[in-house]
Amino acid sequence: MGSLPFAIPFAELEVGQHLYWRLGNLQLHGQVFMTSWIVIGAILALVVVGTRKMERDPRGVQNLLEFLWDYIRDLARTQIGEKAYRDWMPFIGTLFLFIFVSNWGGSLVPWKLIHLPSGELGAPTADINTTVALALLVSLSYFYAGLSRKGLRYFEYYVHPTPIMIPFKIVEDFTKPLSLSFRLFGNILADELVVAVLVFLVPLFLPVPVMFLGLFTSAIQALIFATLAAYYIGEAVEEHH
Amino acid sequence: MTSLLLFGAGGLFDFDATLPLMALQVVLLTFVLNALFFRPVGRVVEEREGYVKTSRADAKQKLAEAEKLESELKEQLKAARMAAQKLIQEAEQDSDQLYREAIAVATADANATREKARREIDAQRDSALSQLEGDAKQLGDLIVNRLLAAQ
Repeated sequence: MGSLPFAIPFAELEVGQHLYWRLGNLQLHGQVFMTSWIVIGAILALVVVGTRKMERDPRGVQNLLEFLWDYIRDLARTQIGEKAYRDWMPFIGTLFLFIFVSNWGGSLVPWKLIHLPSGELGAPTADINTTVALALLVSLSYFYAGLSRKGLRYFEYYVHPTPIMIPFKIVEDFTKPLSLSFRLFGNILADELVVAVLVFLVPLFLPVPVMFLGLFTSAIQALIFATLAAYYIGEAVEEHH
Repeated sequence: MTSLLLFGAGGLFDFDATLPLMALQVVLLTFVLNALFFRPVGRVVEEREGYVKTSRADAKQKLAEAEKLESELKEQLKAARMAAQKLIQEAEQDSDQLYREAIAVATADANATREKARREIDAQRDSALSQLEGDAKQLGDLIVNRLLAAQ
């Protein structure tokens, strides 16, 4: 899919075109890394500004950071459980913040104003590489969480109610990253495409409610990804009796 | 416009080295955020939670102490009031008794004086009467003598 076969000067639609960077004989999607660095930079800037002078009576950005911290702690604690949530809270929180800022950055920053030789800037989460990377990290995390906490007893999980469950649980290990990555990728890409198509067809007013819907979807997707990641880890560290 | 390629360059699912590098990036970000965000903010929040907890326990203890002191003071006040009441009662009884004693002494005094006066009056009357009787007897004797002498 290249650009649609219309030639209107102010709106153009491109999917699957990338700014390729070469690193040795490796190929990279440059635009994804550029926006992801901006996203990471924004998160780090916020964090550094907010934690520079922390006080017992919080003021300014510290309030926001503490709110986020509390929100992530509640999320991790409810899904993973009181015993193990401390180890996994940074990972869950990083997933949530990275996806949330990526999604909102993709919707709110007027990337179109920056012209690239090929491809266009957008949310890093609208690229399948990013979402699969995140989903595979989640898979590795829950295996690591289960094995490090319970050792080989982790595999009791596969026969948990009855051994009949073995094939389903094995299939689950493949469907979990698949559904995680495709849900996020599909939602964000579809949101960007819907807005782009609407802007393309009716450049004024009509896209605005869809953009708000997009912001809503973006936030929800970040929450869903983080919650599911925490839930999978919680499932792996849970003690069966 | 390329055909609807799914995989490979230009496709929707164009996997390449972006994937592992992005994963590496996110792992690094996790460690950096853990050091810069989760740990320091967690420390501050937990410190505050501890501070609130201890302050609360402190306040509760102080309140209990104050309540204990208050009840003690109330008890003391009650005892003092009762003591005062008793003192007043005693004083009233004392003064009553003194009054009665004084009245009794005064009455006895008055009675004695009256008795003495009456006795004196009686004695004087008796002496006056006896004297009068003597006088009358003398006069009668005189009259008798004079009449006898005249005969």
